[in-house]
Amino acid sequence: MREIVIISGKGGTGKTSISASFAYLEGSNAVVADCDVDAANMHLLLDADFSSQEDFYSGELAVIDESKCNNCGKCKEVCRFDAIEQKDERYVVDKISCEGCWYCSRVCPNDAITMVKQKAGDMFTSNIKNDSTMVHAKLGFAAENSGKLVAKVKQEAKILALKNDKEFVITDGSPGIGCPVISSLSGANLVVLVTEATVSGLHDLKRVVKLLKTFSLQAVCIINKYDLNVNMTKDIEEFLIEENIKVIAKLPYDETFTQALTDAKPIVEYNAKSHLSTMIEKSWKEIKEIIRSHY
Amino acid sequence: MKIAIASGKGGTGKTTVSTNLSAYLASLGKSVVLADLDVEEPNSGLFVHGENKFTIVANKMVPRWESKNCTYCGDCADVCNFNAIVALSDEIIIHPELCHSCYACSELCPTNSLPMKPERIGEIKVYETKNFDFIEGRLDLGQEMAVPLIAQTIDYTDKNYPNHIKLLDAPPGTSCPVIEASKESDFVILITEPTPFGLNDLTLAVETMKVLEKKIGVIINRHGIGNNSVEEYCAKEQIPIIAKIKNDKTVARCYAKGELIYPKIEHFKESIEEIVRFLEGLQ
Repeated sequence: MREIVIISGKGGTGKTSISASFAYLEGSNAVVADCDVDAANMHLLLDADFSSQEDFYSGELAVIDESKCNNCGKCKEVCRFDAIEQKDERYVVDKISCEGCWYCSRVCPNDAITMVKQKAGDMFTSNIKNDSTMVHAKLGFAAENSGKLVAKVKQEAKILALKNDKEFVITDGSPGIGCPVISSLSGANLVVLVTEATVSGLHDLKRVVKLLKTFSLQAVCIINKYDLNVNMTKDIEEFLIEENIKVIAKLPYDETFTQALTDAKPIVEYNAKSHLSTMIEKSWKEIKEIIRSHY
Repeated sequence: MKIAIASGKGGTGKTTVSTNLSAYLASLGKSVVLADLDVEEPNSGLFVHGENKFTIVANKMVPRWESKNCTYCGDCADVCNFNAIVALSDEIIIHPELCHSCYACSELCPTNSLPMKPERIGEIKVYETKNFDFIEGRLDLGQEMAVPLIAQTIDYTDKNYPNHIKLLDAPPGTSCPVIEASKESDFVILITEPTPFGLNDLTLAVETMKVLEKKIGVIINRHGIGNNSVEEYCAKEQIPIIAKIKNDKTVARCYAKGELIYPKIEHFKESIEEIVRFLEGLQ
């Protein structure tokens, strides 16, 4: 089993449309993981049936038992997150600010504060188009710890892939460079970077590539909307040559991306014969060749 | 007045609206400051072209082990709920990247062997442009936690620009970073595109803002592509649509080059004017 993680740094570059196309092309030979748990979208393109659901618990919340509280204020004093407020002379916890660190609970002289585990989201396993399986998630509203949920989604996808003898895990990663994306990348056999020919695209690509280096991960790149600014595309290509990252496709600015997703289909399903689909299909073949030749 | 500009989905135009709205408001003679809180991937600076006046190192407080008086009792590891401390029989190992700076280990240590010390997590950069100031939070690579830096960038902006209109370019998503960026704002603008992805992520963002009890309005970017589902959703939820920015490849071309758009494209300028009128109505 080999894991391919598709990330972009910047949002809106076409990462999910491309990931869903790869998943559609590979069908039952892959398990799909949607690790963009903050704003998961792959299920919309792959017709996920949400056939099984599991609660995801992460973090805790301080709860004050008013009957035991003697209003000493020690909890408020030690809290570094301004999560304890005084309202009508009683101490109350601000659910959104509480980090679940336990400090208040430990120092309360009357044992009036208990820590309650919080449900932070849902994880789903779905049957999807082309006889494949996808693990995906929905983070709770205003919940924390998306990094841990990402790790859980990946783990579940890998277990399914191993159990059912699938060759690939195709992971749609999270944006940014912080905790969720670091979780998305862990254990990847190959990273596919999706960028666009804009100043932001190049800027964010540079940051993500630096991050990949710290984890010694091998990557290839797809430049989307390359014709928006051909000079920018040149700059991106030059940067990637220096970094020894191969450009496997340059895709044009094409509203088919939007039309396909409005029709709830991956591009390669929406119009299988189009130039765009042919290029995506060719990219996927190349990705598989690279990964098979390395392992 | 403090306005967060957010979106569930990335790439919908947060930075485009933040930078153009700031520059336009400033051109009207208003006192404006723009803060880029997308600290993992800050992009606003690519469009405002300011001069970097100075840079402040942003730290978070983490415990540093001092072995001299340590009795290796292990209380520090026991009280840390984030697995950031491992207590061995002859060494205390600290993982600063996991530390939430709650101070419990430090203050509950019986021998004061874990004083809290600053550790660098990123930078706050202050820029001056022709007629407004721009503050950028930039997280160091390898740092996992964006929230402390977002909080510090907001603090800096609040303290130094008490009477300005403050526009906050928020990070994408619906989890901790966007909550930190939005929770103290007077109003949150959610930017979306009229597609199923846009709608899905808008719904998540709206639910998040409901939990935060924020007043919200929606800007539909790339209007004309996709379908009507976002407008139908906003009507049903009684969320005001502040503006609809037309889908136009020339806008994307300006963006690609790192240019401000309103001085060049009339329909885009009209949308920015609509946003300004809406915000004036709020005051």
